[in-house]
Amino acid sequence: MNLHEYQAKALFERYDLPVPAGKVASSLEEARQEWKHLGTDIAVVKAQVYAGGRGKAGGVRLISDAAEFDAYVDSLLGSRLVTIQTDEHGQPVNSVLVAAPTDIAKELYLSLVIDRAAQRIVVMASTEGGVDIEAVAVETPEKILRAFIDPLVGVMPYQCRELGFKLGFEGKQIKQFTHILTALGKLFVENDLSQAEINPLVIQENGDLLCLDAKVALDDNALFRHPELAAMRDLSQEDARENRAQEAELNYIALHGDIGCMVNGAGLAMATMDLIKLKGGNPANFLDVGGGATKERVTEAFKIILSDSNVKAVLVNIFGGIVRCDVIAEGILGAVAEVGIEVPVVVRLEGNNAEIGAQMLEESDLNIIAAKGFTEAAEKVVACVRGEQ
Amino acid sequence: MSMLINKKTKVICQGFTGQQGTLHSEQAIAYGTRMVGGVTPGKGGQTHLNLPVFNTVREAVDATQADASVIYVPAPFCKDSIIEAAEAGIKLIVCITEGIPVLDMLEVKVVVDCLGARLIGPNCPGVITPGESKIGIMPGYIHSPGKVGIVSRSGTLTYEAVHQTTQLGFGQSTCVGIGGDPIPGTSFIDVLREFQADDRTEAIVMVGEIGGTAEEEAAEFIQSEVTKPVVAYIAGVTAPPGKRMGHAGAIIAGGKGTAVEKYASLEKAGIHSVSSPAGIGQGVAEVMGW
Repeated sequence: MNLHEYQAKALFERYDLPVPAGKVASSLEEARQEWKHLGTDIAVVKAQVYAGGRGKAGGVRLISDAAEFDAYVDSLLGSRLVTIQTDEHGQPVNSVLVAAPTDIAKELYLSLVIDRAAQRIVVMASTEGGVDIEAVAVETPEKILRAFIDPLVGVMPYQCRELGFKLGFEGKQIKQFTHILTALGKLFVENDLSQAEINPLVIQENGDLLCLDAKVALDDNALFRHPELAAMRDLSQEDARENRAQEAELNYIALHGDIGCMVNGAGLAMATMDLIKLKGGNPANFLDVGGGATKERVTEAFKIILSDSNVKAVLVNIFGGIVRCDVIAEGILGAVAEVGIEVPVVVRLEGNNAEIGAQMLEESDLNIIAAKGFTEAAEKVVACVRGEQ
Repeated sequence: MSMLINKKTKVICQGFTGQQGTLHSEQAIAYGTRMVGGVTPGKGGQTHLNLPVFNTVREAVDATQADASVIYVPAPFCKDSIIEAAEAGIKLIVCITEGIPVLDMLEVKVVVDCLGARLIGPNCPGVITPGESKIGIMPGYIHSPGKVGIVSRSGTLTYEAVHQTTQLGFGQSTCVGIGGDPIPGTSFIDVLREFQADDRTEAIVMVGEIGGTAEEEAAEFIQSEVTKPVVAYIAGVTAPPGKRMGHAGAIIAGGKGTAVEKYASLEKAGIHSVSSPAGIGQGVAEVMGW
């Protein structure tokens, strides 16, 4: 789960991390009031969406003219912002952050993420801030400094000094950076983050450090420990079908093809998509129906898959381990009957009582094609969408 | 002697009397696993599935001299359960549970490494040596004792590889599901090292997926340390970037961790890879001339 920038900055403030003054507004009136309250000549207006690349996409503007302010805020609210990190439909802008301007002398980069190989939280810092850090990592990897945090002791002051001096900080900046990194480490651990990024971390004209932007992602598996953060989730920023699937405890990811997939197990679900592609088809989705594959779950899964109007055929691929395939077949038959599916459904059942399950499907008068084996199933469903089956 | 586990391995179950613990302990007992008891705090002294229940792992170890523990407790309590098992002297801990917070795992890893325990999982099907012992949720009947070692990040894809190698008559020496989480207790390299040393294992199947760099690290290790033939498959060629594909660890982040990169690493290391998940068994037949 992500936080909006304004939510992340509110979290930063709780840890005494320096951020520009500002407030979120969801109407033009609120936005005007906030600028008035700030009392600055210039207002920084930033669209609040779950995506980076807002600046280049026209979602951030510095404004000194009241009429321009009104027109810009009005144009943002209720619109959709398309950035390099969104799809072609963009993300809805339901609120804007109105903030005080900053005199920037230099832009740097600071982030904390989980390093899977090192099995540690890694600090990444760079003098190349305010730009796409992934490009820096590719073109000039030596410009990204790293420090690994020992889970038993957290961020140590010496690590802050090591990084701080390498980043070129002087005098009071070393102390300020030590505070920022230590507080960020504490914030990361206490709130179960999976990512915290300050891009840019700026040196102001007066020499003080400031967190100009704030990006925070939370570990979904740890949300049970943080109900107040979980409540900040903005469902409008997420895919409606994916959310609906999540409520039914199904893992669903929408793709752009025309073959719906229902599979048990995440790895097999990915492999099924891959095999469809290998056979010349295009998967419409990833869906892990889980180990149970009961009638209720299969029914809900069919409904979600078929809510995508691109779907021309569905492939059901179930490896029945503990659960018997005849029980799964019963569930599929019940679900197909209940949902009233009009597109062809190819089913491959493997495992316990697979033959009995396949026979049950074969004998039904529903539009179900039983396949023997993984490859045959993929070939049959691809033939279906080509009108060959 | 097989690796990791054998028919003499004494196993306890944490979360023994719960629904999952009960179902899979019954299946394990039926398979022939030497289950010696279980732990459910507050139910110590009772009998469940004709086995003693203990309040703590330490009591269970004292009474049964258990070697291994399998954990089915809910995710919020797994950090506690894994460390409890390691502190009680259990040397093989298999955690099936999905959904453990990443930061919990960072701490757990430090502790289990420090105590010299091997943690398999979490978010995994477990480990099985066919015909001897099954610790986990995999369906026992699809396996057959044999000569292929299988290691995988995915449960159902492990079953797929098992099914294919059983159908072709090769059988399996040992199968290890290392799990789909970003911080696994046991890595591909850990298992590959065991397979290389294991007399029964003649060929190795490695099933990877998108996310992280575990397959790339494994490819380098295979090139320098593994002399037995390896067949590899990577799931997720069609996975879009930035989306978590079911498993917490299966995500292409910042353009890194793609299946294409992983296949390239395998090829560079001279490892036989297959592009179809249905071609894993056939791949083994080809490299072994079986």
